[in-house]
Amino acid sequence: MRVFSEIYEGLRISLAALRANKMRSALATIGIVIGVVTVTLMNTAINGINEAFKQNIAALGSDVLFVQRWPWMMNSHEEWVKVSRRKEVTWQQYETVAREMTLAKAIAPGAGVDRPVKYKNRQSNSVGIIGSNEQSDQTMSLTVREGRYLTAAESEGGRPIAVLGYQVATNLFIGESPLGKKIKAGGQTLEVVGVLEPKGTFLGEFSWDNRIVVPVRFLANAYRFRNDYEIQVKAISQEKLKEAEEELRGIMRRARRLRPGEADDFAINQQEMFLTTFNRVAGMIAAGGIFITSLSLFVGGIGIMNIMFVSVAERTREIGIRKAIGAKRRAILLQFLSEAAGICLLGGLLGLGIATGAMYGIRKFIPATMSLNIILIAIGVSVVTGLVSGFLPAWRAARMNPVDALRAE
Amino acid sequence: MSLIALTNIARRYQMGTETIHALRDVTLNIDRGEYVAIMGPSGSGKSTLMNLLGCLDSPTEGEFVLNGVKVSEMDDNDLAEVRNREIGFVFQSFNLLPRSDALHNVELPLIYSGMPSDKRREQALGALQNVGLGDRIHHRPNEMSGGQRQRVAIARALVNNPSIILADEPTGNLDSKTGEEIMALFEALSEKGNTIIVVTHEEDVARHARRIVRIRDGLIASDEAVRKTEREAVPA
Repeated sequence: MRVFSEIYEGLRISLAALRANKMRSALATIGIVIGVVTVTLMNTAINGINEAFKQNIAALGSDVLFVQRWPWMMNSHEEWVKVSRRKEVTWQQYETVAREMTLAKAIAPGAGVDRPVKYKNRQSNSVGIIGSNEQSDQTMSLTVREGRYLTAAESEGGRPIAVLGYQVATNLFIGESPLGKKIKAGGQTLEVVGVLEPKGTFLGEFSWDNRIVVPVRFLANAYRFRNDYEIQVKAISQEKLKEAEEELRGIMRRARRLRPGEADDFAINQQEMFLTTFNRVAGMIAAGGIFITSLSLFVGGIGIMNIMFVSVAERTREIGIRKAIGAKRRAILLQFLSEAAGICLLGGLLGLGIATGAMYGIRKFIPATMSLNIILIAIGVSVVTGLVSGFLPAWRAARMNPVDALRAE
Repeated sequence: MSLIALTNIARRYQMGTETIHALRDVTLNIDRGEYVAIMGPSGSGKSTLMNLLGCLDSPTEGEFVLNGVKVSEMDDNDLAEVRNREIGFVFQSFNLLPRSDALHNVELPLIYSGMPSDKRREQALGALQNVGLGDRIHHRPNEMSGGQRQRVAIARALVNNPSIILADEPTGNLDSKTGEEIMALFEALSEKGNTIIVVTHEEDVARHARRIVRIRDGLIASDEAVRKTEREAVPA
């Protein structure tokens, strides 16, 4: 009860003090404002980058394994040289995996070539033509927007049909439905049976939507595609992913006739590899960011400490009066702490306002939002800065001898 | 038992290598309801005595029992509580908080004693009305005359119903007419049974009291009652 009225009294006094020294308080706050703006924007930026990355990576599917000759992440040139000597992943190996895997929900082969695609007089110059089967909508997380996906019979038979990526469809067909139309892809005529939902780009580099999916048999025959297939395996559940990976590894090792103890000469890629690498990089960026922001807050805090020392010195007599009247050390300590925290809170709110404005600019580049978390962090950080930097001056005030303090002019 | 019992009190200060004997050996008893003036030239030790009586300072030697509680060995925080409960200060320079209005100034001791705000307000209002400032509660010190400021200070001293009212040169910053008004107020408070200690170097002020204690060189030089006739000789 008494603590509350002491804090209330402290806040009252600090507001009065702030009002009385507007210029000085404003200058003292600038450091905190800058600190909070940096904290907030840094946080938003890091969150935004994380968010953007996760959205991108989600397109790969978290429970899908990709067997390829090349790993997605390589750490050295030596590794690159070694990998480039590996044997290709063949159609036979795909068939073995498709036949033997038990922990898979969907298995699809993947093969790709780049060809120009034409419809009437419109042309897209370099479109990824993906040869696969009827299960690849699951392994590649694709959703059909219009029409339908490949059927099992079509992919077995290698019929000349295509499912268009969203970008290909919108580029070639203006004002008419692509369904049932004939397009030319690298000289081959294909009938459009479906259009996919847009998926966006991968890390801003290539577009998932600038592709068409055709039966893998057709691709192999029509474009004389021989080797280096990719084998896409969607695990029966997220929980069984690790087990599925081990099963897949065993099948592949047998199919490629590896002796026990010999290292894998293929890669089982998955979304997690990107995440691990990314998290490491993002962690480093975040650590750097925290260091820089804490530096600016530190400087701001020093400013507050200074101004509080001045405030305490100026009000020595007031401290004496309060002590004579019965204020304990705690009451004086609370008064000056709440003054410091009050100044910083004001600076924090101001900084938050500025940061919110700046965020609309940032939003053009990365998905940035002002979350409740960031607001709480900013407010928390500014109040804590106030309490930490106000402590020494407040402690000095609290320990003043009332006789000496009353004598001060 | 006396309200105030000082026994063989000494207070020494260290000033560099020199030791200053502000009080050497003071034994003094003051009963409830007394009206005492403490007099002495500057450097006599009367300010030190006042600081000790006000529990603002602790003696180097000796024992101080206030209202049955031994305060001579208390720490800073306990002394603050004793000051809050037992002592009402009236200072020469008023010592009001300049940025707060009269009401808030008077409420201050109650804030530190932890009284709930509605009761606090009521009590502070009553104290201000008692000193005749019921219509000035929202004035700040710089909007009031010296006499009014001192009356706010007296209201603040009284608001906690302390055992002692301790006044340090209460008329020192006032013209003589206003000073007399303040002394009349003390007179009235004394009549109501309050214990009042006034520290002063002015004979006129001291003669309002019932008893005068004179300090010289850190010792009590004399301690005598003021005759009634002498008091009435003071011009009203």
